[in-house]
Amino acid sequence: MSSKMQSSGSIAQARRTVQQLRLEASIERIKVSKASSDLMRYCGEHAKNDPLLMGIPASENPFKDKKPCTVL
Amino acid sequence: MRSPPIPEMATQEVQLSETLAHLKTESDTLKGKLEEERAKLHDVELHQVAEKVEGLGQFVMKTRRTLKGHGNKVLCMDWCKDKRRIVSSSQDGKVIVWDAFTTNKEHAVTMPCTWVMACAYAPSGCAVACGGLDNKCSVYPLSLDKNENLAAKKKSVAMHTNYLSACSFTNSDMQILTSSGDGTCALWDVESGQLLQSFHGHAADVLCLDLAPSETGNTFVSGGCDKKANVWDMRSGQCIQSFETHESDINNSSEADREVAIYSKESIIFGVSSVDFSLSGRLLFGGYNDYTINVWDVLKGTRVSILFGHENRVSTLRVSPDGTAFCTGSWDHTLRTWA
Repeated sequence: MSSKMQSSGSIAQARRTVQQLRLEASIERIKVSKASSDLMRYCGEHAKNDPLLMGIPASENPFKDKKPCTVL
Repeated sequence: MRSPPIPEMATQEVQLSETLAHLKTESDTLKGKLEEERAKLHDVELHQVAEKVEGLGQFVMKTRRTLKGHGNKVLCMDWCKDKRRIVSSSQDGKVIVWDAFTTNKEHAVTMPCTWVMACAYAPSGCAVACGGLDNKCSVYPLSLDKNENLAAKKKSVAMHTNYLSACSFTNSDMQILTSSGDGTCALWDVESGQLLQSFHGHAADVLCLDLAPSETGNTFVSGGCDKKANVWDMRSGQCIQSFETHESDINNSSEADREVAIYSKESIIFGVSSVDFSLSGRLLFGGYNDYTINVWDVLKGTRVSILFGHENRVSTLRVSPDGTAFCTGSWDHTLRTWA
């Protein structure tokens, strides 16, 4: 491969890298403090609907059956 | 210095290396800017913000069902939207559909290859997808007739140039997202087998993927051997964001609209092969190479429970669609549901 072809290949790759970095640099970002409070709020709002978190009575959880179903 | 055969070629060569140097400088500058931006935004740690949040009490979770039937390591599993059926795949080359309430096997398919590393349930519950060392992702419609040979209706959908590491249906039975040891992810039309979009950017094997949960969500995250977790736009094929971690490989990824938590969890957890969040996102379950499952408080960054039961590495873990239980698959050939 001629050195010219090698350079063109590397240039194409370098261009892609620069394009990708420009894209990432342009993404809107928020502070961790804001993201964290958003996360906390989300967890709080959905907590009561989270069976593994809240624990639901055995009678309501099909997996918690004490006696396995038997086919008669 | 040797003299070039033609003067123009020399000039072109010089121009090319100048352009290359120019691009390298710009890329270094951009990388520096990105690091600066990220550092500026990192004003506090999640657990500091969550200090006032009430701590979690004791958790009593144990194995409620054990699914036995695979002849070798269980590599992957997925829940059906009906919250009771499960599909699992194994090194033994078999894909099994189970009723997790009764532990009955409803369907079994023998794949033409061993190491079926990926499997997924279709949203309708009417089909499953799987693949592995065959480099493909195939879809099997599930028949109500137990005697019917499922392999006869098999549809080859995805073709990669290396092993299939993960697959997932999107919002419908019509499209499948795959990740592969060939370093790419791809979106496929199930009916025609057509490649709809490919995702290039990982520098090595892609090991896992997870879709954003929302109805309108068009993003997914993938993790790979290049230590990167990439967030992708499904429509354009663009990598929107890239996270680098200190872990050796990213074996499992779990998407939420909560990227901060994911990123911070990636750096805390070691030796974990599979993770999933509870419904509210407060709990993170991790299946580990030391045979245990650790339960983490996502906000506080502390471990709340450690669960024992498997007799070998936990390879796959998923919370059920209604969040009432989670299922694990292990190299000990079994699956367990926990609640």
